Amino acid sequence: MPATDKPRLQVDNLQAWYDESHVLHGMTLNVGDGEIVTLIGRNGAGKTTTMRAIMGVLRKRQGTIRYKDQDIVALAPHKVPRLGIGYVPEERGIFASLNVIENLTLPPVTQPGGMSLNEIFALFPNLQGRNRTIGTRLSGGEQQMLAIARVLRSGADFILLDEPTEGLAPVIVDQIAVSLQILKQRGLTILLVEQNLQFASAIADRHYVVEQGEVVDEVQNHALAANMGKLNAYLGV
Amino acid sequence: MSLQSVSKSQTSQPVSVRAIFLVALVVISLVAPFFVYPLFLTKMLCFILFASAVNIVLGYSGLLTLGHAAFFGGAAYIAAHAMKVWGTPFEVAILLAVAFSSALGLLFGFLAIRRQGIYFAMVTLALAQMIYFLAIQMPFTGGEDGITAVPRGMLFGVIDLHDTLTMYYVVLVLVAFGMLVIWRAINSPFGHVLAAIKENEARVTSLGIQPNRYKLIAFVLSAALSGLAGALKAIAFQVASLADVTWHMSGEVVLMTLLGGLSTLIGPGIGAAVVIALEHYLSTSGLPIMFMIGLIFMVCVMLFRRGIYGELREWYRRSRSARDHS
Repeated sequence: MPATDKPRLQVDNLQAWYDESHVLHGMTLNVGDGEIVTLIGRNGAGKTTTMRAIMGVLRKRQGTIRYKDQDIVALAPHKVPRLGIGYVPEERGIFASLNVIENLTLPPVTQPGGMSLNEIFALFPNLQGRNRTIGTRLSGGEQQMLAIARVLRSGADFILLDEPTEGLAPVIVDQIAVSLQILKQRGLTILLVEQNLQFASAIADRHYVVEQGEVVDEVQNHALAANMGKLNAYLGV
Repeated sequence: MSLQSVSKSQTSQPVSVRAIFLVALVVISLVAPFFVYPLFLTKMLCFILFASAVNIVLGYSGLLTLGHAAFFGGAAYIAAHAMKVWGTPFEVAILLAVAFSSALGLLFGFLAIRRQGIYFAMVTLALAQMIYFLAIQMPFTGGEDGITAVPRGMLFGVIDLHDTLTMYYVVLVLVAFGMLVIWRAINSPFGHVLAAIKENEARVTSLGIQPNRYKLIAFVLSAALSGLAGALKAIAFQVASLADVTWHMSGEVVLMTLLGGLSTLIGPGIGAAVVIALEHYLSTSGLPIMFMIGLIFMVCVMLFRRGIYGELREWYRRSRSARDHS
C-alpha cells in the first residue's frame, strides 16, 4: 500500500448485532488499492458478518466504515454496490428463476470499466455457451464463476468474496485462483473470506486473523510459512 | 445426450408449439362471437385482462393484493362518467380512466409497497375500501344505482360501438394490446429483476438494485391495465356500479389468477374465462353460484396447486422430458 494514499477500505471499531446477539466486537481492518486481503478464522468468528456489515445488508452496526474516504455506514444498502463494491456471498446468490445471461446482466452497471461479456467468457471459459442454462443448474464451481462474473460486469473494482472455494473440487479451486490472479493484475481490490489457507496464500497479500468478532492478528503473505504454527493454533479445533 | 443438445431442443420445440397455440387463439377469438353471445365474450375478455394484470403483482412480484377492485371499479366510474356526462369520445374516456387508475396505483403502491406479506394485503384492502366508501358517498357515482345508460360512443368518431359485435372486436384488440404489454414487461430486464426480487430481495439489493422501485412500477402497471379492463367493461355493458369496487371483486380476481395458474402468462386468463363461464352458465341453472365456484376452487387447490394452466404445462414438460430420455 503506498504510504501517501489512504486505504481503499477502512473499517474501524466495527460492532454489529444479529438481533440481540452481539457478533462483531470492534473489527478494525483496512484494504489498500489493488490489494488482496483475506479474513481467516474459525466458523462463527464473524468473517461473513463483517462483509454483510460492510455491504449494509446487516443494518444493526456501529463504528466507521470508510470507502474511498467516504463514510458508508449511513448509505442505503442498494447504494453501497453503486460505489463499485461487488459482493459475492457465500451461497453465491444465483437466481434460480433466471438463466445464465439473465443472471449476468441483472445488476446495473455502476461504474465505467465493467467487463464486457467477451472478457468475462475469456476469464471464465466454462460459462461460454451456457447462456440459456438456468443459473442454478450450473455446477457449484460454475455458479461461483457466474457470481464473480456478475459483479465484474457491473464495473465493481472492489470485491468482497466470501469463501469462493467452499465445497469445490481442487481442479476448480485452481481455476478460480488463476482467475483471481488475473483480476489482481488488472488492479482489482479484493477482500476475501477463506478457510483454505493454501488457496489464500496463492493470491493474497495479507491475512487478518479473526476471532470472536475482532481482528486478533495480521500476517503478511510472505511471512505465512514462518507463522504457520501460530496460524494453525488459531484455526485448529 | 449432451447438455448442449438438451437446451437446444428445450428452446426450439416450445416455440413451434407456441406458434400453433397463438394462431389457434387468434382464430378462436375472431370467430367465437359468431357462435357465442358476443357481450358474454366481451365480459370474459375484460376479466382475462384484469386477472392477467393482477398477476403482475400477485404472480410475478409475489405480492398479495386485495385492493385491485379500486382500480377496476374506479376506472369504470371515470370512463362511464366521461362518456355520459362529459360526452368525451370513447378513446378519450379510456385514456382518462387508465390515467386515473395509474395515478391511484401510484398512490396505493407508494403507501403499500414498504410493507410485506399479509401487511401489504391489508394495506391494499384498506385503501380499496376507502375508494368503495367514496363510491357510495360521492354524488357523481350514483350511489347504489351506479352510472347507467352509458353511451358507447364512436371509436375515432367513425366506428359505431353500439353494435355489440364491433364492441367485441374493439375490446379484443385492446385486451390483446394489454396482454402484449404484460408479455413484453415480463420478458424484459425489468421482468427479470421482478423475478429476482420475488426469489430473494436482500440478494437483489446487494447487487445495487432498489427493489421497492421495481415493485412500485409493477404495481402501477398492474393498476393501469386493471383500469383499462374496468373501463372497457363499463363501456361495453354501459354501466358502472358498486359491484366493481367491492372487496368481493378484489377477492374474485385473485381467485381467478390462482385458479388459472400464478406466474404464467396465460394462466390467469384461463382462470378468468373459467370463472366467468361458470357464473354465466350456472346463473340460469338454479344452482348456488358462489357455492359451486367455491367448491371448484377447493377441488383445484387440492388437485392441482399450480392452477389449471400451470398443471397442464407441468404435465406437458414432464411428458416431453420422459420422451427425450427414452
